[in-house]
Amino acid sequence: MEHKRLTLFAGHYGSGKTNIAVNYAVRLAKEGKKVCIADLDIVNPYFRTKDSADELEENGITLISSRYANTNVDLPAIPAESYRLVQDRSVYGVVDIGGDDRGAYALGRYADAIKAEGNYRMAFVINCHRPLTSTVEDTVEIMREIEDAAGIRFTCIVNNSNLGSETTKETVLESVAYAEAVSLATGLPIWLYTAEEKVAEGLEGIPLLPLKLQKKYFDLPN
Amino acid sequence: MAERILMKGNEAIAEAAIRAGCRHYFGYPITPQTEIAAYMAKKMPKIGGVFLQAESESASINRGYGASAAGMRVMTSSSSPGLSLKAEGLSYIAGSDIPALVVNVQRGGPGLGGIQPSQSDYFQATKGGGHGDYRMIVLAPASVQEMASLTIRGFDLADKYRMTSMILADGTIGQMMEPITFEDTEPTVYEKPWALTGTECKRPHNVVNSLYLKPDELEKKNFERYEKYAEIEKNEAMWEEYMMDDADICVVAFGIASRIAKNAVAEARKQGIKVGLIRPITLWPFPKAALRAAADQVKSFISVELSMGQMIEDVRLATESLRPVTLCNRAGGMIPTPDEVLSAICKAEKGEF
Repeated sequence: MEHKRLTLFAGHYGSGKTNIAVNYAVRLAKEGKKVCIADLDIVNPYFRTKDSADELEENGITLISSRYANTNVDLPAIPAESYRLVQDRSVYGVVDIGGDDRGAYALGRYADAIKAEGNYRMAFVINCHRPLTSTVEDTVEIMREIEDAAGIRFTCIVNNSNLGSETTKETVLESVAYAEAVSLATGLPIWLYTAEEKVAEGLEGIPLLPLKLQKKYFDLPN
Repeated sequence: MAERILMKGNEAIAEAAIRAGCRHYFGYPITPQTEIAAYMAKKMPKIGGVFLQAESESASINRGYGASAAGMRVMTSSSSPGLSLKAEGLSYIAGSDIPALVVNVQRGGPGLGGIQPSQSDYFQATKGGGHGDYRMIVLAPASVQEMASLTIRGFDLADKYRMTSMILADGTIGQMMEPITFEDTEPTVYEKPWALTGTECKRPHNVVNSLYLKPDELEKKNFERYEKYAEIEKNEAMWEEYMMDDADICVVAFGIASRIAKNAVAEARKQGIKVGLIRPITLWPFPKAALRAAADQVKSFISVELSMGQMIEDVRLATESLRPVTLCNRAGGMIPTPDEVLSAICKAEKGEF
């Protein structure tokens, strides 16, 4: 897989950005790259990159995250170290951006520097089973809102269409048509398909990044 | 089968409200329920509905009061501290006998507390919150699917009985994602001859008001309202029983606590302990009959709660304190683990109370 120096993941909230960002960072590290992941989420105080702090550390990945993430301090805060992403060109940077246009505003501060360097991939994470991105039209609407807020246009699509614990190979394969329709409507290539490791096993014919999901404390039977 | 959708609990409430015919939502952002407002902000303008972020919690519930008086299906939502601010509106809506759906996605308290899940607004929801003699129908979803189905049910009950239905959820169920299905059914429409829809000079004015100038009239209204509440207590209690058939120990838990308790009950069964679960789905009316019947069968009860022990009082009342009732709890935004519940079950098995 060919990598850019900066990889930015944005999309609708709940589309799977954080899980994908963490997995992609680990993949980079396993390929021997010096990796830094930054959590720029200013919207959601829960489900943060910090949930994977142990795994990131094990893989020698530097985590830049608000000290308030996953605490009771419900503040839209970004640490000053985030500038390292654009200033230190010796590292591969992975950026986890908050959901929707509200979350993407945080990227605006770095947008000019990112575009000036010109070595980035801005990935739009989509899931056709989420209620507000279930049609191509709605998905594109959210995409444009994010771009306007971020000050950067997307360069590719990551199709993470899934139904949580009910996801099967068919779920992934059936979403190909949706991803291709979004691609056609936006002119953006589909960079990756993502699916939980077990689901991804044996899936062929699509560019795939298998995902190890963030730690769950225990299952909740219905 | 209808299509599966991957939803957050909060989104499920919002989508269910829209499907139930709600076109008037008044809200104010607060973690962990903000996705309800965000969803409404996105969707309502597209379907000709009203999304209004009011200047305060109090303003949002009072706008709901106004729209409901005009015969609309209305919803407002918040999280714990916001519900305290809405308390005046809850009382006025009760005193005016108009329907409303109010959502509380609870977080740790008291005070500003924290943003982690809690069930410590049980007293506020079931015993009052606002002033005066009144009740609310309180529905406690334990899954994202139920966030949807109980929202629809809540609207129907509110219209049927002309009172507030409250969805008492918690931050976990509000935030977590599960695949769910919406049934393709049309919303039930209730006649509202009392609503302020304009007389067209063809009928006397309707008045929606909670002020009574004569105390005997106010007393009469209170007695009438309690006759209605008695009917609801008789007809509308909902609960789920799990492995209760031969149970010697009964775990009582609602919402997220019941999902955790189910893990523990299943594990205890593997160890040969005869334990079951009663999950109240309505917290008011409380499923008293089910609990009272269980008291003739089991040796003891365990109330599992994300609070310092609030529902436990209703368990004791419903079971007429015939059996010991112990508490297994975490508070302040912490969640009991299945192991913690399991060890409470093991203690009860040994008769340690």
